[in-house]
Amino acid sequence: MELLLQQVMAGLATGAIYACMALAVVMIYQAIDHLNFAQGEMAMFSTFIAWQLIAWGVPYWVAFAVTVMVSFVAGVLIDRVLFRPVQRAPILSQIVAFIALFSILNSSAGQIWDYTIKSFPTPFGHSPMFGGTLIDTHEAGMIGVTLAMLALLYLFFRGTRLGLAMRAAAANPESARLVGIRVGWMTALGWGMAASIGAVAGMLIAPVVFLEPNMMLGVLLYGFAGAVLGGLTSPAGAVAGGFAVGIIENLAGTFIPVFGRELKLTIALIVIVIVLMFRPSGVFGRRVVSRV
Amino acid sequence: MTTVPENDVGAAGAVPVTRAIRLRPRVRHYLIAAAIAVALVIPLVSSSFVTFQVTEVIIYGLAILGLNLLTGFNGQFSLGHSAFYGIGAYTTAILMHNYDIAYYWTVPAAGAVCFVVGFLFGLPALRLQNLYLALATFALGNATPQILKFHALEGLTGGVQGLVVDQPDPPDFLSFIDGDQWLYYFTLAVTLVMLAAAANLIRSRTGRAIKAIRDNPIAASAMGINTSLYKTLTFGVSALYTGVAGALSALAVAFVAPDSFTIFLSISLLVGLVIGGVGSIPGCIFGGLFVLYVPNIANSVSTGLAGAIYGVILLLVVFAMPAGAAGFVRYLVSQTRGLRPADAINSQGGKP
Amino acid sequence: MLLEVSGLNAFYGQNQALHGVAFSVDEGQMRTLLGANGAGKTTILRAICGMVRVTGNITFDGRRIAGRATEDVVRLGVAHVPEGRGTFLRLSVEENLRLGAMTRKGKAEIAGDIERVYVNFPRLKERRGQQAGTLSGGEQQMLAVGRALMLRPRLLLLDEPSFGLAPLIVEELFAILRRINEETGVAMLIVEQNAALALELAEHAYLLETGRMVMDAPSAVIGADESIRRSYLGY
Repeated sequence: MELLLQQVMAGLATGAIYACMALAVVMIYQAIDHLNFAQGEMAMFSTFIAWQLIAWGVPYWVAFAVTVMVSFVAGVLIDRVLFRPVQRAPILSQIVAFIALFSILNSSAGQIWDYTIKSFPTPFGHSPMFGGTLIDTHEAGMIGVTLAMLALLYLFFRGTRLGLAMRAAAANPESARLVGIRVGWMTALGWGMAASIGAVAGMLIAPVVFLEPNMMLGVLLYGFAGAVLGGLTSPAGAVAGGFAVGIIENLAGTFIPVFGRELKLTIALIVIVIVLMFRPSGVFGRRVVSRV
Repeated sequence: MTTVPENDVGAAGAVPVTRAIRLRPRVRHYLIAAAIAVALVIPLVSSSFVTFQVTEVIIYGLAILGLNLLTGFNGQFSLGHSAFYGIGAYTTAILMHNYDIAYYWTVPAAGAVCFVVGFLFGLPALRLQNLYLALATFALGNATPQILKFHALEGLTGGVQGLVVDQPDPPDFLSFIDGDQWLYYFTLAVTLVMLAAAANLIRSRTGRAIKAIRDNPIAASAMGINTSLYKTLTFGVSALYTGVAGALSALAVAFVAPDSFTIFLSISLLVGLVIGGVGSIPGCIFGGLFVLYVPNIANSVSTGLAGAIYGVILLLVVFAMPAGAAGFVRYLVSQTRGLRPADAINSQGGKP
Repeated sequence: MLLEVSGLNAFYGQNQALHGVAFSVDEGQMRTLLGANGAGKTTILRAICGMVRVTGNITFDGRRIAGRATEDVVRLGVAHVPEGRGTFLRLSVEENLRLGAMTRKGKAEIAGDIERVYVNFPRLKERRGQQAGTLSGGEQQMLAVGRALMLRPRLLLLDEPSFGLAPLIVEELFAILRRINEETGVAMLIVEQNAALALELAEHAYLLETGRMVMDAPSAVIGADESIRRSYLGY
């Protein structure tokens, strides 16, 4: 029982990472109605920018803020330069464009900052929380920041006009134009926001997994899985999904004999796929009822 | 009222259709004959290495054709085709290495094994659409190298080390060509047969049913097409094609190892599919060319930034040819011909 | 003149769907576009809203709008209820209405307008929190019209408002449209398959055939001419 609790808590801690990433994933999904495979690499690149600023002597929180803003701008630029030209192309072609972006970012980061592992500071410290060994202050900080971002996003989308406009533009661009919404701007805004959230995710994750160009590969996948599990239209669901994935992965690794450790990711994915077979829109996703 | 999952990425719109260029049968036959003639000559005039590379191009083209059957013609996403490629390759390697079976029997065996695996995978896949299917197939693709490395199966698979495969010798009556050339012709023969089979399938009634399912699954089932059966069968056939490609690659490379069959292979196949032209059979070869040569080109420009250069080239190609090479060719053909009645129907942009 | 169209040609890819169309709609007027399927009626509405490639002149309120982006045309005061209604299915009824007022300022006025929509369409009020996709066809049509009205448009474009609706609902809807026109003075250009009803509602009609305008006359004239009715309008 003690072991179970420990693993659940550890799962929550790693789950915070996935939850954060899942939030960025859902964010871009809200903006462009499908997934961006290069999301993780964008977050990784942003984190490297932050690292570089800190290495040059910039204080943590200033570097944090600058990185978030630069990431926003970069997101908008990527929308304009990379996404816009293929917007009317078939989805598979768009996916290939994202694959290209992935490759560019990954390779460039490796070239600029090389592949040696770097450490990244955390403002929360690494001391144990509540005196015990279950969770440390950084992990608690991650969970806190993720939940805070979630709350902000919720307020933005549900409570503001701009948020409503963004949701409309993503749901039905032609109808959105018919009510006067500048859909192009909304998409760009979505990209910027997703890039910023990704940057925050990266900066929270790096202290745990250590900074190197390939750090986000696994994380992004878990983030996707969490977002899909929770339901791609529900940011709260995505966060919950991210936590769930962390827990499932940890429990699988600990309790399933023989395969557990080696096939953690696969088992987690299988569990998710099984859930999706019964709840196709994710656990918290809203089912759209439409008349044929 | 039917319920549609909110995150439906849009069945009909997700997979682009590259309509086949309608050439007069004689023109088409001349083109094919010319292509085959060129293909037959290549190993006789090229170095061993180039012959090997072209063999690889053909193999990738076949693998991409497999993916094309599933995604291009049937509308089901897959990020897991590296699994079938790997299973095909390992089937050949295991049969030859552990059981001393002749190489030419292992190829159909690989196809059969992959058909079964693909069919079985297609069953649960019936309940998943687009995005979710992508995730599930991703899981498959991701699991495969891990399973291949799994220590309990090492006796069979050779574990992390992999297995060595003996390069087949040319048959006695063809002793004037060397091993590489024979392998090329063997690969070419197998591929041509399978290409022809695929083309026939697509043009048949079954093929029309398969395409109907891609374009409008609800209408298709309303017309009496057993969509579940066709979808799982297509999964099986698609896996078969990619599996045979994998088997051929085991013979060509003379070696199999788990890390050759990672998710990156799946992504490469997808890239090849899109660049060649989704739903186009000739496009697959172009896709194979791209997948083999462009990473090499990028690498030769700059090893450190190889990935970045590859990405930029990929972007430029996708911008210039969003419907792939086949789509581009079709566009060129329609421009030079001017508008003909058949094309007028196809170029419809919407209802008046 | 609120809306003036002259020499309008429209193209879908290589196909020309409209040939030299010309007509006008003034403040407060109700006009209808009639014709068989494929005649080009919907294309005209889409051309006004910048949704299709055109050559020729379209002037709204003195401004040239041909080829302008949809959202810009909308912001000038043109509301379009498209074929298929264009409802935001995942959002609630009330959110759909709020979206209609996206380009306006003044929270109190907007709230007031929402209430007015509910007065005109009581069924929507009952379902204000419901997902729009769960509404019946008639209710979705009303929602679409309500959303268009939230813009406080000078001109309302309606594409086949009666499509797929039961006759009683259609009568109800058309009566509401007439009342709205009388109360607010918004001009309307209505594309309709149901010629009889359209001629009752609108005072002037345009008849289209394969992309060309073949008649331009008051509704009474067209309605009275039996040969026209038989050959073009089917009754």
